[in-house]
Amino acid sequence: MSTNKLDQLYRSVIMDHYKNPKNKGVLEDGNVTIDMNNPTCGDVIHLTMNVEDDVVKDVKFEGEGCSISMASASMMTQLIKGKSTEDATKLAHTFSDMMLGKDLDDSIELDDLEALSGVAQFPARIKCATLSWKAMEKGVSGESQ
Amino acid sequence: MLNKEIRNHFPILNQEINGHPLVYLDSAATSQKPVQVIEALEHYYRFDNANVHRGVHTLGNRATDGYEGAREKVRKFINAKSTEEIIFMRGTTTALNTVAQSYGRANVSEGDEIIITHMEHHSNIIPWQQLAKEKGAVLKYIDLEEDGTLSIDKVRETITDRTKIVSIMYVSNVLGTMNPIEEITKIAHQHGAVMCVDAAQAAPHLKIDVQKLDCDFLAFSGHKMCGPTGIGVLYGKKDLLNAMEPVEFGGEMIDFVGLYESTWKELPWKFEGGTPIIAGAIGLGAAIDFLEEIGMDAIEQHEHELAGYAMEKMSEVDGLAIYGPTDPGKRAGLVTFNLNDVHPHDLATVLDMNGIAVRAGHHCAQPLMKWLECSATARASFYLYNTTEDVDRLVEGLRTAKEYFTDVY
Repeated sequence: MSTNKLDQLYRSVIMDHYKNPKNKGVLEDGNVTIDMNNPTCGDVIHLTMNVEDDVVKDVKFEGEGCSISMASASMMTQLIKGKSTEDATKLAHTFSDMMLGKDLDDSIELDDLEALSGVAQFPARIKCATLSWKAMEKGVSGESQ
Repeated sequence: MLNKEIRNHFPILNQEINGHPLVYLDSAATSQKPVQVIEALEHYYRFDNANVHRGVHTLGNRATDGYEGAREKVRKFINAKSTEEIIFMRGTTTALNTVAQSYGRANVSEGDEIIITHMEHHSNIIPWQQLAKEKGAVLKYIDLEEDGTLSIDKVRETITDRTKIVSIMYVSNVLGTMNPIEEITKIAHQHGAVMCVDAAQAAPHLKIDVQKLDCDFLAFSGHKMCGPTGIGVLYGKKDLLNAMEPVEFGGEMIDFVGLYESTWKELPWKFEGGTPIIAGAIGLGAAIDFLEEIGMDAIEQHEHELAGYAMEKMSEVDGLAIYGPTDPGKRAGLVTFNLNDVHPHDLATVLDMNGIAVRAGHHCAQPLMKWLECSATARASFYLYNTTEDVDRLVEGLRTAKEYFTDVY
């Protein structure tokens, strides 16, 4: 088996987030709620955020899906908490570029997210990784439900 | 078991994927194509291409003969009484939508019932949801048994004199369940309802006899039975089709066209608006020739044996759960499963790295996934070109995946 390529996908930091997700749950006092699913595979995400003065004060997610989609959601919440909606949107665009295998702006702090760069080599799995980011982008853009 | 040399007819199978010989276990999504079908398509485009039913010229005649010849092959394949009952369409989805929009709209009124089951594919759910909403009709689901089969008693309880349409899949694309269509048809008819059959997963794998089933409509797709994509069939009883209005209007389906009124061609052409899927139909005809030369009974037997072998070998893998009937005699050649806590997408990726193609997801059956209480599953589906070695490779791949995720989890 091409274990090397697989290891690029399933980095230990991803599996850590999958097994011990950060910010899992529902924000009872959230003012933004987004439900999104990936109709081709059945992954679902329920994202609640508290956005005040264009800052993501708090965020939590619930969902069902593969390790990539759930780990990505966990990392996303970790990264955007406390950020302005503008920075959160910028991060979503950076992440999207990463999934397309594009060169990234070095000045942006990606932390654990860097580990997901291997997903770009698995085209069928890119949608798994981007689901929670799309939900977040929709949420901070004011298109909440 | 069929002769392994059948594989040699399928050029696509002879390749490596991620450094391993390809094991294709996703035929329930779409089957691979034998060289006979590929050549029939090529021959048509190289030598016979023309529009049908109009050319006085030689190519027009050849194209028409090829197209109408394919219709006769389909008629024989499902034992319909006449080619007037065989309508070429894009696939099962279009065929079921045609029944809903034409027969359904004309015959279903407020308070009437349409009956389906919890195991249906989305294509046999949504056309009826839409029809029920439009007409104020009631969409009723027949509940499944624990093992994913239908009980005739529950079928009897659900169908009433208010039922106008019963639409049920012949073979489940997830559970592999083979439904007792003949018995259900009898019950539907006792209540004056029509019986519509989604045969997408049946036509590739077993001998269909529409006269024996006595169903009123039956739909299937060419691409799951060695044929090209974009061609499918709607079978309907002649008297019903005659009374039905076309759904698509335009060229090819008309008789006389006036400024404000037009009339339609005879069956089956009144349902085939626009230039038809000529190459697709010819390709489907070639697929039917190919399948019939091997024999549908032999194919069905091969798949039963392979499914039995797969279930036996797969159940030896620790932590593997198989969905659907446990009796291999009651199921078609596919196995839907989950492996411990490994999400099916992760599993499918590891298998793909080993050259093994399986389906992962909800299999276009979200209500059924709900019934199974899982959001997704993996599925290995077999066809005439699969062998016990393919099953062994799958089982080996499952063990590798298990080990891999035990390590990284």
